[in-house]
This record gives sequence, C-alpha cells and structure tokens, in this order.
Amino acid sequence: MTLTFLYSIEEIMIKDKVKGKRLVGLFLLGCLLFNFPILSLFNLKIIVFGIPLLYLYIFLIWFIFIVFIYLIVKFSKETTPQILK
Amino acid sequence: MLKTEAILFFSFGYMGLLFAIAFFGDRHAKIGRSIVSNPYIYTLSLAVFCTAWTFYGSVGRAAATGIGFLPIYIGPTLMAALGWLVLRKIIRISKIHRITSIADFIASRYGKSSTLASVVTIIAVFGVIPYISLQLKAISTSFLIIKEYPIITMPGHFAEIPVLKDTAFYVALLLAIFTILFGTRHLDATERHEGLVAAIAFESIIKLIAFLAVGIFVTYGIYNGFGDIIEKAKAIPELKQSFTMGTLSGPYINWSIYIFLSMMAVLFLPRQFQIAVVENVDEDHLKKAIWLFPLYLLAINIFVLPIAFGGLLHFNGGNVDADTFVLTLPMSEKKEVLALFVFIGGMSAATGMVIVATIAISTMICNDLVMPILLRMSFFNLATKGDLSNFLLTIRRGSIMLVLLMGYVYFRFIGEYYTLVSIGLISFTAVAQFAPAIIGGIFWKGGTRLGALSGLILGFLVWVYTLVFPSLVQAGFLPKRFVTEGPFNLELLRPFQLFGLQGFDHITHAVFWTMLINVAAYVGVSLFSRASAIEHTQAAFFVDVFEYSEKPEKSSFWRGTASVRDLKSLLRRFLGKKKTDKELSVYAKEHNFILKNKLTADADMVSYAEKLLAGAIGSASARVMVSSVVKEEPLGIDEVMDILDETRVVIAYSRELERATAELQAANKRLKELDRLKDEFISTVTHELRTPLTSVRSIAEILHENPKIDDAQKKSFSAIIIKETDRLTRLIVQVLDFQKIESGKIQFEISRVDFKEVIKDAISATSRLIEDKNIKVILNLPDSITLIDGDRDRLIQVMVNLISNAVKFCYNIGGIISVDLTTKTNHLKINVKDNGIGISRKNQKIIFQEFRQVKDSSMGRPAGSGLGLAITKKIIDFHKGKIRVKSKPGKGSTFSFTLPL
Repeated sequence: MTLTFLYSIEEIMIKDKVKGKRLVGLFLLGCLLFNFPILSLFNLKIIVFGIPLLYLYIFLIWFIFIVFIYLIVKFSKETTPQILK
Repeated sequence: MLKTEAILFFSFGYMGLLFAIAFFGDRHAKIGRSIVSNPYIYTLSLAVFCTAWTFYGSVGRAAATGIGFLPIYIGPTLMAALGWLVLRKIIRISKIHRITSIADFIASRYGKSSTLASVVTIIAVFGVIPYISLQLKAISTSFLIIKEYPIITMPGHFAEIPVLKDTAFYVALLLAIFTILFGTRHLDATERHEGLVAAIAFESIIKLIAFLAVGIFVTYGIYNGFGDIIEKAKAIPELKQSFTMGTLSGPYINWSIYIFLSMMAVLFLPRQFQIAVVENVDEDHLKKAIWLFPLYLLAINIFVLPIAFGGLLHFNGGNVDADTFVLTLPMSEKKEVLALFVFIGGMSAATGMVIVATIAISTMICNDLVMPILLRMSFFNLATKGDLSNFLLTIRRGSIMLVLLMGYVYFRFIGEYYTLVSIGLISFTAVAQFAPAIIGGIFWKGGTRLGALSGLILGFLVWVYTLVFPSLVQAGFLPKRFVTEGPFNLELLRPFQLFGLQGFDHITHAVFWTMLINVAAYVGVSLFSRASAIEHTQAAFFVDVFEYSEKPEKSSFWRGTASVRDLKSLLRRFLGKKKTDKELSVYAKEHNFILKNKLTADADMVSYAEKLLAGAIGSASARVMVSSVVKEEPLGIDEVMDILDETRVVIAYSRELERATAELQAANKRLKELDRLKDEFISTVTHELRTPLTSVRSIAEILHENPKIDDAQKKSFSAIIIKETDRLTRLIVQVLDFQKIESGKIQFEISRVDFKEVIKDAISATSRLIEDKNIKVILNLPDSITLIDGDRDRLIQVMVNLISNAVKFCYNIGGIISVDLTTKTNHLKINVKDNGIGISRKNQKIIFQEFRQVKDSSMGRPAGSGLGLAITKKIIDFHKGKIRVKSKPGKGSTFSFTLPL
C-alpha cells in the first residue's frame, strides 16, 4: 500500500522535474544570450529594417524567449495536488 | 484648456473607480465567486512591477543611455523561466505556513525568529522609502506640468516651497488616506485582499493602454514610424551613439548587474511578494503568468526608445526633463485628451505601487516590529487583553501614514536630485539583500538563523554606506569631502570606490560589495554556527516542501496539547470572535468532532491554531503566543533530527531496506532452525540405525556363542535379523531419497499410470506390516479409472509411506485402514484413513516438514526417520498435487491428496 502511494508521488515529482529542468535550461540559455560576450556580437552600428541591430536582436530574443516558456509550459503537463487548491 | 479643477475631478474620479472595483471584487469574494481567481488577473496584478519608474522613468533612462533601461525588464523575464522552480516553491511554503510577508517568510524559515523578522522589516522599510518617494515625485511633477497646459514648464526645486504649499505633500497625504481606506477596511487582516488585486489589475490595464497610446501617437502621429525616428536620430551624433553599448567592458558589467538586480527585485520587493505570493489564489496560475507577465513587460517597453528619441529630437536639447517626455510630447502637440489620459496612466502606475507596497510594509511593521515589542513589554500586558483585532488595524493604519510621510521626507530632501530610475535602483539594491537568505533558505538546509542575520545586517550596512550616505551628501547633510576624500580622509573608504574598486557605476559598485559581504557572511556564519531544533524543523519543512505538502497538517512543530478554551480565547483576541468561531468549526468539521465536546486540543490542532494566528500577527509572534497556552515542550532535538535528517522519500527507501533486512533475518533464522533440525535428525538417524544394529549384533552373538540352539529358536532369531536389517535398509533408502530430492538430483520417470495398480502394489509391499499388527484394510476403488501422467515407482512410495504411517498410528488391536480412490472433474482424490491415535492440531502443521517427528510421550519415540512425509509431500508437489491431513487426537487421521488428471 505504501509502495503505490510512493510511486505516484515520485511520478509527479519526475514530471515536475522535467518541466523544471527545461525551464532552467531555457533560463541559462537566456542568461547567455542577453549578456556579454554574445551581446557584443550584435553591438554593431548596423541598421536592419530601419532599426539598430542591437535593439532588434534584444527585442527578438526577448520575444522568442517568451514563446519558448509558453511552449515548455504547454507541452510538459503535470498536476498540483488538490489539497492546495 | 485644461483647468486644474478638471484634472482634479478626473483624478478623484479615477480613484473612485478604483474603489468601486475593489468593492466589487470584495463582494464577489465574499459570496464565493472570486473574480481574481484566474491567471490573467494574476498576471496583470504582477505588473504592479511597472510603476512610475517604467511609465516616466524608462524614457528618461533611454534618452540618456539608449538601451540602459532594458535590463530592468529582461531580468524579470529570465526570472519568469525560473519562476516555476523558485516562485512556486515560495508560494507553496507560504500557503502551508500562512505566511503574510517577506519578513515573515525569512523569520519563519530560520526558526520563527522575531529578531530576524524585525531586521528584515527595517531593511524593507528603508529600502522601499526611496521607491515611494519616486512615485510621489512622479505624481506631483506630472501634476505640476499638466496644470500649466499648454505651456511646458519644468517645476522648480521643491525644497524652496513651504511644506504646506507643496503638491507632493498633499499627494502623500491623499495616497495615505486612500491606502488606509483601501487596504485596511476589513477587521481581519489575514485574508487575501481580493478587491485590492482586482483594482491593481485594472491599474495595470490603464497604464499599459496609456503608454501604448503615447507610443503610437509619437511614433506614428508625430513621426512616420520607427524607421523615420531612427533615421532622424542617426543624423545627430549623440543619439547615434546610443544605438550601441559602446566598446568598453563597463557597460556590459553594469548591464549584467542590473539584470541580476531586477531578477531579485521582481521576487523580493515587498509589494511583489505580496502580489505574487500572498495574494496568489492558485499555484497553477503561474503556468500562464510565467509567459504572460514577460509579454506584458515586452509590450510596455516597445515604444520607450521611439518616445525617448522623439522627445530628444522634438525638444532639441531644450530644458525639458526626459523623465517627462511621455507627458510633455502630447502636450506640445496640443493633445488635451491624450495628455490627461497619460496623466491618469502615470497616476495608476504610481498609486498601484504605493498602495500595495505600503500595505505590505504596514503588515510587516505591525506584525514583526511593533507586536514583538508589545508582547515583551510586560506592563502593557498585551497577552491578557481582550479583542485585539481593532488594535492591530490601528497599528497598520498608523504605519501606512508613517511610511508615506517618510517617503515624502526622502523626496523633499534627497529624491529631487536624482532621476526616477536611479532612485528606484537604490531600492532594488536594498531588497536584493534578501536574496541569499531566501534563495539559500529554500534550497539549502544548512543556512542558520545567525547566518541569515549576519548576512542581512552586514549587507544592509554596506548598502547604507555605499548608497545612502552619498545621497545624504548630495542633500547637504554630510560634507562633500565624505564622498570625494572618504571619511577621516581615508581614501580607501570612499563610498563610491570602496577599497579602491573603480570602473563601475555607483549601483554596480554597491551591488558588488553588498552581495559579496552578504553571501559570504550568510554562508560562512551558517557553516560555523549551530542550528536549534526549530531551525532544523523549519529548514526541512521549507527545503522539502514538496514532499511534506502532500499532508500539510504534518508541517507542524508542536507535540504538546492545550485546552481548547485557552486556544479559543487566544485566537479570539487577535482574529475576533466571528472569524475564530468560523475557522474552528471548519476545522472541527474536517476532523469529525464537535467543538463543544472537545476539551483538549491535540498537537495537530495546536499547530493549526498557530498557523491561523501567524496569518494575523506573523509567525514569530504567533509562536510566542501559542507557546503561552501549550502544556508541553516543543519537539526535542533528537526527535527533530530523527524526522529531518533525511527527506521523506529517503525515509521511505530506508523502510524498504528495513523490510528487506527483516526478510533476510527471517530467512537466516529459518536456516538456523533447519541447521538445528538437521543436527537433531542426525542424532535421530544414528539412534535409529543403532537400535536395529544392536539387536542384530546381539542376536548374531547369541547364535555364534550357542551353536546348540534349537531350530525353532534359530528361525525366530534369524527372522528378527531380517526384520531389523529391512528396517535399516528402509532408513538408509529414505535418507538417500530425501537427499536426492532436496538437491534436485532425483530423476522422475514419467509414464501413463493406473493408480489402482499403484494402490494394490503398495498394499502388497506393506502386507507384512499390516499382517503383523492384524490390521483390517478396506479398499474403495472405482471400477475404471483415468490414467494419469506420473512416476509409478515414486507414487507407490507415496502410498507405501502413507499406509505404513497409518499402520504405525494404529492401535495394536482392532486397527482399520481404509483407502479410497475417487475421480473428480480434473483430479484424482486419494484418502488414506486410519482409526489410530490421531495427530494434534499443532503437530498437523509441522508433520510435512523435514526432520519432524510426532513425539508422543505415551507412545514413546516413533519408529522412522521423520523423513517419510516430507518425501511424500515433495513427490506430490512434483506431480502438482496437494496433500492435507485431517485428524483429531484419539479419533484417527485421514491423509488425503490429489493428483491432477
């Protein structure tokens, strides 16, 4: 009886961890892309579509980052114990 | 023309609308149809992060540094990705422990320490004051500007105006009254403020729309889109410069530090904690909020650069403050309505922050600063006073007023010398001091109260030294030499270049030193100090919250009991009678007891009461109060260590291990038992061997020594010899058989077997035994029988064993043995029945085990090795049959077995 109980918690924890790990991975990637030295690669006096490259890069990465959070949350499902609702 | 009266009319109208929304939200909450319980409202309320700083200040910052305003929003975006890991954990912990503020959170983690709670509160108050002054500055400046519409003038120095004529003073007063009316309407301060959240969410919509409206107007109304503005800005060298970050490394470091600062701020600013954690309705709302919130930030930032460049181009270096571009651009284009809307938008950004921040701070001041002091002052005798909930509210209201007035004072003397963003960053640096204690506290069990205390205090002192003192210099309270040459002319101690560290801006410099010292003290002192029992408990409850939260009531510390009456009157004093009775009856219902009949509250109920109380007066004070009515001590250190050294999962694994060990021990015990039985068996067998051997030998001796013995006697002697050697042979064959079966060496030879034949063969093999005892044998055999698959010789052995056993059990006179054979649907059933001495119930259980003999004192030692039935059972097992015994002592026994067809 304890065994099945444990298993279900573990299962939830594992699923939780998958989502958590993906988001941590995304966070680390974001830290990389929004900081030196990657940022310096786009720190050029170039204007693309009428917008300075650096601005374009930051806003674009920003938007893509949000889309990725959305995708990760949407496609790794798990539940929160009812107790806490 | 915009008249002052019109502006005031709209301002108060807007405030009234907020009230209406809050009222509406609270009413819905009361009837159980929450309007704030959805992820979109939650996200919008999180956007209280965007204050007047964002609304007015970002443009000012962008005008000066290009993209320098952005890290403040990229940080929270990155943090959103971590939100699932960090914020969710904080929310879960806070829900279980009924935590109502950030001070409560830190204090609760480190053993419900009231000292720690006070320290955190003091840091939070000092940290938030510049931030509030920023909002006051923004509202009063924007009011003074829009009042002069359509003429654009920058307000002069506030310090020259008498306080009573200062707009900012009245703004502060109005905001204080508004917040008091708004945030402390209810007598119970423990519930979430649903109406407040609804109003904040509404404010977030207004400020976003207002900002986007200005952005679109500037970009597409004054200019022809982004490209046009950039094209025009490119022509001016100073503006073109801000297209990039420059080539030095300094800006990159500042950039990264600001990202870090804003990451911490979005979690640990008291108002963010209030909205994101305390007011959170459902943890699952995070799932949407962690991408919607960054999206909101992105949206409100898109037009910052166009407005900044547009303003710089438009006013062409005139003396218009870039912090006011959002308002002055529509004004200069004579857009009356838009200007008014922007003013309202800016007000919504500022009021949202002020309301939530002061409510959060006032709760902390009341619960964590005033309460513990009052509880300690014995002459005040708080613990014995009646209903205290009104008293608590008064403290809260007083502290709201105090905080806003302090914000005003800061603004008047210091704030006006700084831009909006640089004031805000001072606050960010202050709240970043909470980061090590909280992040460390929820992921590392080793952090101790002393560690957290030293980290916080040292970090705070360095913050005061590197950021607050210089601003006092600016305001003229300290001599300029303090900054330029250092105190007492010690150059190493210059607050902006502490220990000679150079090349950073003031904020980055301060963040570096405060965080370095804070983290070092937190970790270092934690490693070298000893945690008390309650710290251990809380550490485990916090770090392993997801394991414990399956059963929230288990997250308790009390072992003792209290009388329900004491507990009730304690709760009533702080929560009021109505709420106490309601909460307790809910608890009683959940745990199936009637409150009136209950006299003693068990540990579980005590800790429930403690958590209820913690919601009203903070965890540290709640613990003190509850311990005054609880009879027993809290858990001792050993018990706590037992529970906590490992997480529940590990404990579960170790239980598994214990179970396996127990199995092993049982197996070992059985082996030892078998060993003992084997010894016994050997002694039995040797005894059995010696008896016939002795008789054979003595008879042989008689025959040898008396050659003249007569024939009749000779014959009877030799008959005995034959019988005894038979017995010997049988014994040896059995031992060999058993050994073979045990080691699996036996070869069964399977063929089609007629069991009637088997029985007949067995009877004839045992005929001499039967005749010796004059036993009558009755055979009940069917006429025809289905053949079965089996080893004929072994099956004969089974029958021989059973029959000879039956013979053995029979009395010497009048023994009857009956053998029945019947065919059932899928098996043969064979009964061997005797009318002998029978077997006791106890012995029935063991006779099929090897080396077991039924010892009966009246019958003496039975003949045989004790292996017969064990062998029989093994053979029947091999044939996939079953053997059973039915017997009553004195009434004979029946052995029956089945053989599948």
